[in-house]
This record gives sequence, C-alpha cells and structure tokens, in this order.
Amino acid sequence: MAKILVFAETHDQKVKPVTYEILGKVKGHNVDVASIGDIDSESQASLAKYGAANIHKLKGAGLEQYSPEGYAHALKGFIEAQGYDYVFSGATASGKDFFPRLAGHFNAGCASDVTNFQFDGDNFAGTKPLFAGKCLAKVELTGPKPYFITVRPNALGMPESESPAAGNATDDNATAGDLKAIIKEVIKGASEKVDLTEANIIVSGGRAMKNAENFAILNELADVIGATVGASRAAVDSGYAPHSMQVGQTGKTVSPSLYIACGISGAIQHLAGMRTSKVIVAINTDPDAPIFSKADYGIVGDLFKIVPLLTQEFKNLLGK
Amino acid sequence: MNIFVCVKQVPDTETKVQPNSDGSFIETNAIKWIMNPYDEFAVEQALLVKAANSDSTVTVLRVGSVKDTEALRTAMAMGADEAILVEAEDNLDSYMTAKALKGAIEKSGKTPDLILSGKQAIDSDALQVPQLLAQMLGLPSVSVVVGFEQNGDKLQIKREVEGGSLEVYEVTSPAVIACNKGINTPRYASLPGIMKAKKKPLTQLSLGDVSVSEEDRRVKYSDYKLPPEKPAGKKFEAMDEAQAPGVVKEVVGLLRNEAKVI
Repeated sequence: MAKILVFAETHDQKVKPVTYEILGKVKGHNVDVASIGDIDSESQASLAKYGAANIHKLKGAGLEQYSPEGYAHALKGFIEAQGYDYVFSGATASGKDFFPRLAGHFNAGCASDVTNFQFDGDNFAGTKPLFAGKCLAKVELTGPKPYFITVRPNALGMPESESPAAGNATDDNATAGDLKAIIKEVIKGASEKVDLTEANIIVSGGRAMKNAENFAILNELADVIGATVGASRAAVDSGYAPHSMQVGQTGKTVSPSLYIACGISGAIQHLAGMRTSKVIVAINTDPDAPIFSKADYGIVGDLFKIVPLLTQEFKNLLGK
Repeated sequence: MNIFVCVKQVPDTETKVQPNSDGSFIETNAIKWIMNPYDEFAVEQALLVKAANSDSTVTVLRVGSVKDTEALRTAMAMGADEAILVEAEDNLDSYMTAKALKGAIEKSGKTPDLILSGKQAIDSDALQVPQLLAQMLGLPSVSVVVGFEQNGDKLQIKREVEGGSLEVYEVTSPAVIACNKGINTPRYASLPGIMKAKKKPLTQLSLGDVSVSEEDRRVKYSDYKLPPEKPAGKKFEAMDEAQAPGVVKEVVGLLRNEAKVI
C-alpha cells in the first residue's frame, strides 16, 4: 500500500472535481488530501466519501492567494514532515504551474497531464498523451521519491462507487516563504463559465462562423446545455475569438463528455486537441470534411440553420 | 542585461506522428523540424527587451540533437546574438533538460537578468522545464504569460488562467518567464538577418559538459502508440432545409438515449 497525498485545488472553498476523480482511482492505498486554505463542509464530506483518511488544510502567511513559489514552499514543508510516496494534483492552470517547482524541491520527477494510470502493487504507470494526443505513451517515474503526478481533468471520470474513509480535517500551519512573484490583481475573463480544459460540454466554432458576432448563436446553444464555447485555430487566427478559446495543438487540449464542432473542417492539429472527447457531434456543409471521421454524430448541413434548431430542440428536451 | 531564451526544436504541427517499430519513440526520419511555436514569442520578447535596454545581449539555448540547428539559426536570424547547443538525444525528460539548461547558463559565464521560454513544447506537452529551471536557479517564474512590462528590475507580468482570466504579477527579476501566444507578434527573419546569423557564434556542449547523465532521468516514456481509432459514427444529410428539423430531433434524441450525455 502506497502512502498517497492528493492536492485538492479549491475555488471559493469548493474542491475541484478532478480531486474526486483521482481519489476514485487511488482507492485501496493510504490516502490523504491537502488543500491550501479552507474547504467547505460539503466538499469535506465528499472527500471523506471518496476515501480521504485525513484532510489537511494548510494555512499561514502569504498563502491567502495563489503563487507558484508560495504553494510549492508550503506543500514542500508539509510533505517532508509527513513523508509520501506519491503526490497527485489535477492538471489545472495552477497544478501545471506549481507542481514542477514542487517536484524540483525534492529533485524528484513529475509526470504531467496523465489521462489514466494504475498501480501494480506500489508501482505507478500512467498514460501520457504526446503531440497533443496524436500519440500515447506509457509514463513511469524513477529516482528519488516522492513522485509527483498531475492528472487531466475529466479524463478518469467520477468514481463509480464510494469508498468512505475517516476524513479527519485539521488546520495545519504552513508558510509561503520568500515570494519574488506576487499577484497584484486578477482581471476576470469575459466568460464566467467553466474553463475549456475542465468543461463537461464544449460547443466550438470554426472558420465557417464568418465573424466574431456570429459566435452569439453558439453562446445561446451553450447557455441552454451548460457548455463552454471554444474555437478552432482558423477562427482564432481570423480574429473571431481570442486565443484563450482555442482548442488544438497550439491551444487547449480538451476531453469533455460532449464536443459539438460547428463549421470546423478538422485540421490535424485541431483533431489532436479534441479527439479524446467522449462524444463528438460535427456540423459541416462539406460531407468530406475530416472532422466527420472523428464524429459519433455528423450532420451535413449549414451550421447557421442547424445550430438554432439544436438550441430549440435542447430547450424542449430540458424544459427550458 | 543578459537575456537568455530557451528554445526547442519540434515536429511541425502538420506532422502525422508514427511510433517507431519498438515503440521507444516516434519515427523521426521524415519529420520537418521547426522552432516550437511558443518559443517564437520568447525570442521576440527577448529582442523587444534588448531594444529597450542598452548593452544587452540575447543568448539562445537549446538542448537536443544536432540533426539540424534550425531553431537556433532562426532565433539568431531574428536577432539573437549568440547560441549555445547542448547536444543530446531528443528523448530527455524535463528534469534533465532543465538541469542541462542551467549548466549551459553557468558555462556561458553570464549571470542571467531574464530567462524567457515558450509556455510549453508542443511535442512532449509537459509544461515543466521553465518552472523547474527557475526552481533550480532559485528564481521566480511565471508561466502562460500574455503580457510583459518592464520597469527597471520590476516586471509586471500577465498570466492567463482558466476562462481567459488574467493574474497580474509583480516580479522582481531575474526571473523565468514562459510565454504564450498573445504576448507579442514574432518578427520574420529578414534575408540580411539570415545571412548574418550564419556568422554568429554557436557554442556546442555535451551533456557531460553540463553534468547531466542518465542518472538524472526522472520520467521514463515507453510503449509509444497511436490512440485507438473510434468506430465510424452516424452521418445525417441535412443540406436540404426541409430535412434539418427531423435530423436535429433525431440527433438530440441519440445524445440523450444512446450516448447519454445530455
């Protein structure tokens, strides 16, 4: 049985769902959770339900807001004191940012953005997409422990069953150390929706959207089904959408349950970024568009006709 | 200022990746190598900083094979002053790469005032080297950077996070800054630039020179394979407007009852 720590990233004291995905997969080992700052009682109950023996809430000077140096410093001290074999985090914006630094404190390895993993006894082996998913490789860690791993959100799926543990919650003192990069301000993005990398449903537009204004019809559809809106590189390069919305090898790699591609032909670099979506719907006027080779449901038609019909049909279905 | 830029050479984004016969890496024979797209933003940012600070030099660093030196020559053609190549196989992990870059910086004899890189390499997609290098050098780092302003040794850096939100950092340099698309518009190398680049110094080091060996490997990749192909899906014809409502109704029904995602 390995001794495992899962870092729980929080947003407004709520634990990000990828934490539960990881907990479901490390069931049977000796598992603790650590967060920086408070976790609300509902999230604490869920962590216990999915197998957290202890929940450590690290608090102290300089940890009120995120900083890569501060988070790495605080967790370093905690991990040294407790001694873990493996330390996991979601491959979120902050997980991807500070985990390499944290691993560096231990001269240890970090396997990043794995989409699956298993333990053979106490030995970890993961699946790592390379070239934005054009290729997969087995990833293993070697050298001094602890080993660090970040897991792509939505890739494992929520645990199918519960595995209750004590979930003893404690406040633990920690410090951020000396910070040379400090957040002075956070400028909210235009979208209040879940980020593309964590979204359960994505509606994406391509060059056939013709202009930025036309993305309004995608936003309407997205609002009805609780989706986040994305875009292809062609749409971003044409100025229809910002780069933060780009899906593909030079944008974001996504794996939602449902991906609806509207007017996207399916360039190899776009397919690489969305091919792990569980269900893909493609709408395109060109019946030979490469996107159809990846689509579970392809509609050969004009997106400007089809998307509003989809919006209406989903409204009817969902009673909105 | 001593400005360093870390670049990587990666397969072109249009490359069809094919695992090699024993699955230990990919077939590299027919690949067109380019400078990692995010690294172009780092080179451009270095040149902008150099232009704003007199007596600055831009040293571009790369760890990788010598099959061709496209990325380094491109960076020098854009305007970087010199280059250091640490010769290595193309399968080093992030830890070895960061340690080799640290060694190359130390070998240069210059104390870095600023280190720039792309936010990630589009082949290994690890997003680790800039942060690891910063940690090894005891420097701060900011990744996924879309805004850069310099005021003496204070930098104001904008980092993109979830939902397109921006974290605005105040950073005391020296620092490692990992650039994303949007920070600037990389220049094209001019013809005179390309000619001049051929005469600029390119130092070659071995992994031994920077004290990196197999013992530094922390992450092992094996069993390279293509992702499983999905079985062919269902395709509906709806170019005729009269068909569209029926098709849409059917697809929505399938999403609910067959795929069970809505």
